[in-house]
Amino acid sequence: MNPRNSIRGRLFLQLVGVAALLSLAFFLVVRGVAERAAEGTQDDILLASATAIADSLRSEDGQVTLDLPYSALSMLGTISDDRVFYRVVSAGDTLTGYADLPLADPAPTLGNPAFSTLVYRGDEVRAAAVVRAVGPATDSQAVIVSVAQTRLGLAAISRRITTTATGVGIGFFLLATLLSLWASHLALRPIVRMTNSVARRGPQDLRAVPSDPPEELAPLVEALNSFMARLSASLSRTEDFIAEAAHRVRTPLATVRAQAELTHRKLTKPEHKQAVREMIRAIDESSRSAGQMLDHAMVTFRADALAQDELDLAALMNEVCDRLAPTADLKDITIKRALPDAPVAFKGDGILLQAALQNILDNAIKYSSEDSTITASVTVASDLHLSFSDQGRGLDGIDISELTTRFNRGSNADDVVGSGLGLTIADEVARAHGGQLKIVPNDKGVGACVSLTLPR
Amino acid sequence: MRLAHFTTLIAGLFVAGFASAFEVEDRRLFEASPQRSVLKVISTADLDVFTPIIRAFQADNPGIAVDYTVTGTTDLMGAIHDEGAQFDLAISSAMDLQTKLVNDGFAQPYTAPANVLPDWAIWRDHLFAFTQEPAVLVVSDRFFAPGEAPRNRDELITLLRENPDRFRGRIGTYDVRTSGFGYLVATQDSRNSEAFWRLMEVMGRLDAKLYCCSGDMIRDVASGELGLAYNVLGSYAASQLQSTKGFRIVPLSDFVNVMLRTSLIPANAENVEDARTMVDFLSGLNRRADLVTASGLPGIDSTALQENPSLRPIRFGPGLLVFLDQLKRQNFLRSWESSLVQE
Repeated sequence: MNPRNSIRGRLFLQLVGVAALLSLAFFLVVRGVAERAAEGTQDDILLASATAIADSLRSEDGQVTLDLPYSALSMLGTISDDRVFYRVVSAGDTLTGYADLPLADPAPTLGNPAFSTLVYRGDEVRAAAVVRAVGPATDSQAVIVSVAQTRLGLAAISRRITTTATGVGIGFFLLATLLSLWASHLALRPIVRMTNSVARRGPQDLRAVPSDPPEELAPLVEALNSFMARLSASLSRTEDFIAEAAHRVRTPLATVRAQAELTHRKLTKPEHKQAVREMIRAIDESSRSAGQMLDHAMVTFRADALAQDELDLAALMNEVCDRLAPTADLKDITIKRALPDAPVAFKGDGILLQAALQNILDNAIKYSSEDSTITASVTVASDLHLSFSDQGRGLDGIDISELTTRFNRGSNADDVVGSGLGLTIADEVARAHGGQLKIVPNDKGVGACVSLTLPR
Repeated sequence: MRLAHFTTLIAGLFVAGFASAFEVEDRRLFEASPQRSVLKVISTADLDVFTPIIRAFQADNPGIAVDYTVTGTTDLMGAIHDEGAQFDLAISSAMDLQTKLVNDGFAQPYTAPANVLPDWAIWRDHLFAFTQEPAVLVVSDRFFAPGEAPRNRDELITLLRENPDRFRGRIGTYDVRTSGFGYLVATQDSRNSEAFWRLMEVMGRLDAKLYCCSGDMIRDVASGELGLAYNVLGSYAASQLQSTKGFRIVPLSDFVNVMLRTSLIPANAENVEDARTMVDFLSGLNRRADLVTASGLPGIDSTALQENPSLRPIRFGPGLLVFLDQLKRQNFLRSWESSLVQE
């Protein structure tokens, strides 16, 4: 499946993309906030420590002195095991502490502590510095107290937060991916349902799509329904037109034929007689084509609402053979009937089946040479087979599937007049009854066997 | 522990011309054969205390020769902090100085096996405690009938106040100006209880004698020269009790400071692997009853502390740096001197 070409794929990818962005944003925000909180905590404690030291500064005989409170340094050990440095500077001289500890830059001012991150003894340290005026108001000294701590604890906290945030982010992303998969599937279910309902339809089913579509699909369904209605109307108009045209052609043709026969009898000159016979043959052919077109229109029409008559297929076959016996006689063709004695019961549309069988037999007669035999048989096996086997020119190298297409005729039939509708009609009738039309080369040498297979 | 063992200095083992400024009290090479490596240890624990431990360590880890140097707590600090002396392991009873060594970056980390030492016995994966030694009151049998000894500091103060003639010149305690352990427990006392300064005041009025070492105090208490000695190293007193009569150990019920003897691996250690092996070996000291008895060093034992809530192990952390601050130390010593040394 190419995801660019599938709505579900695109929807899924977009949802996953959004989830990935949200996960990343979540990760960054959580880590950012947590790290700032951790840094803030360290700054607060450093400031508290520096303030505690500054609070214990005092002046003795004009000398600044300091009684370092135990808690000032021990409090720094409460959040982490980081190394601690401090320095108390009075008038530029280091009063106590680590004399080489760099002072904060910018320097703190009275009431404004300064925080800085610097490198001391090979490690990054965070330092807080406060300044305090010590001594009598007239002669006070500014004393800077700076307390620094390494940031290993902070780094450990940061690592832990990062691990947690990463885990939660990944979990969130995976969950979102699963939900996206589900959501994209769910969102497209109406489309799938509609697709299935349309796909299940037969080729002639042009009814409106009945499902209640989601709002977004309503225009599509409406357009589809309107298109199908137009198509259906157009189709039925065409069929009507053909039927009407065929009907209108056939009736005058019958008159013309009768007149031609009368004329034929009156004529004496053989060449005139021959010409009129040709005319009659052409008229027959036209009439037959018109009949087939009528049949076809009828099949198309009736297939939509198939009648369920109780039929005897053996009798039906007999009737068809009887009806076409005169045509066969003209070419001295014998129709051999291999029919079971007992009736073969079948539920279906008698008129359609008759038309189908008639067309198949008519075809067989048309393509059989004079003085040959056509075998009509009805066999009952797992399915019902109604077959006509001829000794005609057969189907040498012809694509059988094309024969049942409308107006398509075998490539070896150029010399015979025909519309190409006969097998199409038979095929459509077979399909309408849930069966199929089979055309196979005759196993007894020449000719072909055309059978209508119907389910029992 | 800086005991009075200068006389036991074995000249033959003393490496003449040891190029350093710190004072080497004792030194001995525990050879191994075949010898795979040498572990250079600087320690404040005396040879006779540590010999059984080193022998047991060598039995467990054959091939490691141990070059054991004994020095004082301040000298050990100076050797590593200021002189850059090269050792693979530094063992000291001065928690504060060890803490400063770690804090100032003179130690290297080692992630010890989990669940051997409790959390409170390790600091920053740099400092590993292996003994817990209380500071106790030692009383002379000649001064106190059984059951008469004071049970806490208030009783001790009252006793001294009410019997000045009996105890004048008969009280001993550490001279905190020279003893690292004395300074540590005295400063912790001053943190824990206001009674400390009153006690110092009373002891000062009674002309308390000042000692450098626990051994001397115990000797004088046992002989009846002293009636009592305050803040004596309990582990040493307990081991002396096995051979010396005439004194009792009184754990005070208000609180007892418990000092942790610690080891650290200096940043410039060369034989780090064996140093780590030794740290692990020392961590398991409490499981070797024979060694505890032989050395007199009680191993780390959380249960003992839980059973006796008055035992207060001195906690690791930057707080230990406070009393090392030069101004703080000056102030403390000034107060201590004005209380105790009332010339």
